Amino acid sequence: MDWYPLYNSLRIAAISTVIIFFLGILAAYYVAKLPRLAKGALDVVLTLPLVLPPTVVGYFLLRLLGPRRVLGAWFLNVFDLKLTMVWYAAVFASAVVAFPLMYRTARGAFESFDETLADAGRTLGRSNTWIFWRVRMPCCRQGILAGTVLAFARALGEYGATAMIAGYTPGRTATISTTVYQLWRTGDDATAMKWVLVNLAISAVVLTAVNLMERRDRQDRARRKEAAP
Amino acid sequence: MSLLVDIRKDLGSFHLEVSFETEEGVLGLLGASGCGKSMTLRCIAGIVRPDAGRIVLGGRTLFDSARHINLPPQERRVGFLFQNYALFPHMTVAQNICSGMGRALDKAQRQERLAQLLERFYLSGLERRRPGQLSGGQQQRVALARILAGEPEILLLDEPFSALDNYLRWQLELEMLEVLEHFGKPAVLVSHNQGEVYRLCQQVCVLDQGRSQPEAEVHTLFQTPTTVAACLLSGCKNLSRARALPDGRVEALDWGVTLSAARPLPSALTHVGVRAHQLRPAGEDGENVIPCRVERVVDNRFSTIVMLSTPGGGRDRALLRMELEGEGGCALSRGAPTSVYLDPADLLLLTS
Repeated sequence: MDWYPLYNSLRIAAISTVIIFFLGILAAYYVAKLPRLAKGALDVVLTLPLVLPPTVVGYFLLRLLGPRRVLGAWFLNVFDLKLTMVWYAAVFASAVVAFPLMYRTARGAFESFDETLADAGRTLGRSNTWIFWRVRMPCCRQGILAGTVLAFARALGEYGATAMIAGYTPGRTATISTTVYQLWRTGDDATAMKWVLVNLAISAVVLTAVNLMERRDRQDRARRKEAAP
Repeated sequence: MSLLVDIRKDLGSFHLEVSFETEEGVLGLLGASGCGKSMTLRCIAGIVRPDAGRIVLGGRTLFDSARHINLPPQERRVGFLFQNYALFPHMTVAQNICSGMGRALDKAQRQERLAQLLERFYLSGLERRRPGQLSGGQQQRVALARILAGEPEILLLDEPFSALDNYLRWQLELEMLEVLEHFGKPAVLVSHNQGEVYRLCQQVCVLDQGRSQPEAEVHTLFQTPTTVAACLLSGCKNLSRARALPDGRVEALDWGVTLSAARPLPSALTHVGVRAHQLRPAGEDGENVIPCRVERVVDNRFSTIVMLSTPGGGRDRALLRMELEGEGGCALSRGAPTSVYLDPADLLLLTS
């Protein structure tokens, strides 16, 4: 069996998760601070990919990144770089589709953060960067971790937008999900089944990891409470 | 070292207008909840920006709207003790305290100061615990140690004892007295508890619905408050609307009596008050004797509280509250006529 789709899926999901991690947190941090009207409008835009069919997202991406479209043409001219039908095109697709999961969970975590902790940091002479990385992020750890894992899982399972923008080229753009579809379509049921099992195994591992992290956190808290006199 | 505050801020539902000045020592900001006390502290710390005015600490201008100066909190060097202490929950006691230290210190100096603070605040042995594993009193000590680690120019204490139960409160108040004596720079204590302010502060500024009244010595405010708000906040229980009479006496409108005062009447007199423990049963009729009827006798452990209806009636403000040492009042029975004497020197003359 050719393991390329597994490798490709994992690297696409990993890269897009790293991108989403920073962009999602950044967006969550700044949107949480906005006045109500702007917040509502921006929130709709940033959450849209969650509810849109992935094919619609794929359509938008093609309109933007296609070789004859604004960004695609520019990249082709300046960097001689194709943005569609290559493996990293799938990164754009899964990043856009999975972004809202990170953004929304991080925003929820930031909104329940006790701002007096940030005020305390400031009166203690600490920079806003220090407060962000050393206080806000650790305090919101759980929400951010949950968002990251959800985004990774979603990126790993991305099919619709990926199929449109990266297509299916064996050994080049094939991911697990596009491979399963291709194998089923060509009647190779046995190999399709193998990939389905691989996918199930990865999902089970991810979900178990989340549960373990949550349980450890709960136990930590319980122990802390018990130890308090 | 002195602190000058003169700020205004529009908060929609109400208007904050505070001005006071304090030299060394502790100034109490006394006011009912929601009067803008905490907001004032936040303005001094730079967490909230006032609309106009200025704040000067020991010659350094922290805020001046006219000169467009607004130092960020990081550069103000204030030690802010938050109501819930605002300890970083994921850090240990030692990390929390070190987070208050300036960058200028090297590792050895940090360790040395940490050790000093741990010992001074009875936290030795707890340095690896997290705030969630500490009692309320220990949390407050960590918060104080963290603030003092940065050697602030002023201490701002926001209701420091409100998160504690009664038993701990006294212990920590004593510790706070020690900290404040040791500190030697100005401090501002926000509280709605008159006792705390009386015991911890030298000066007091009453805040009434966002407006500050002229600051006064603590003893002056508690002995002879001059405004209705100050009188209520100083714990006076008996208050009546009043009118100055041409002969120099005062008509207490709610109590329905005419009284003499030892002090000259202020021109804008609107109310009079008298403290419950300064009322005494009267032997015979005479000046400043109020004929009353006993409405209720309440045993208050070490004293007796007697509620009396006055010639003005038997409801709300017309009632007088008399507090007698020991069980002296228990002989009084409900409904019995009696009379109380009010010393002209004890009559508080108030303006609203």
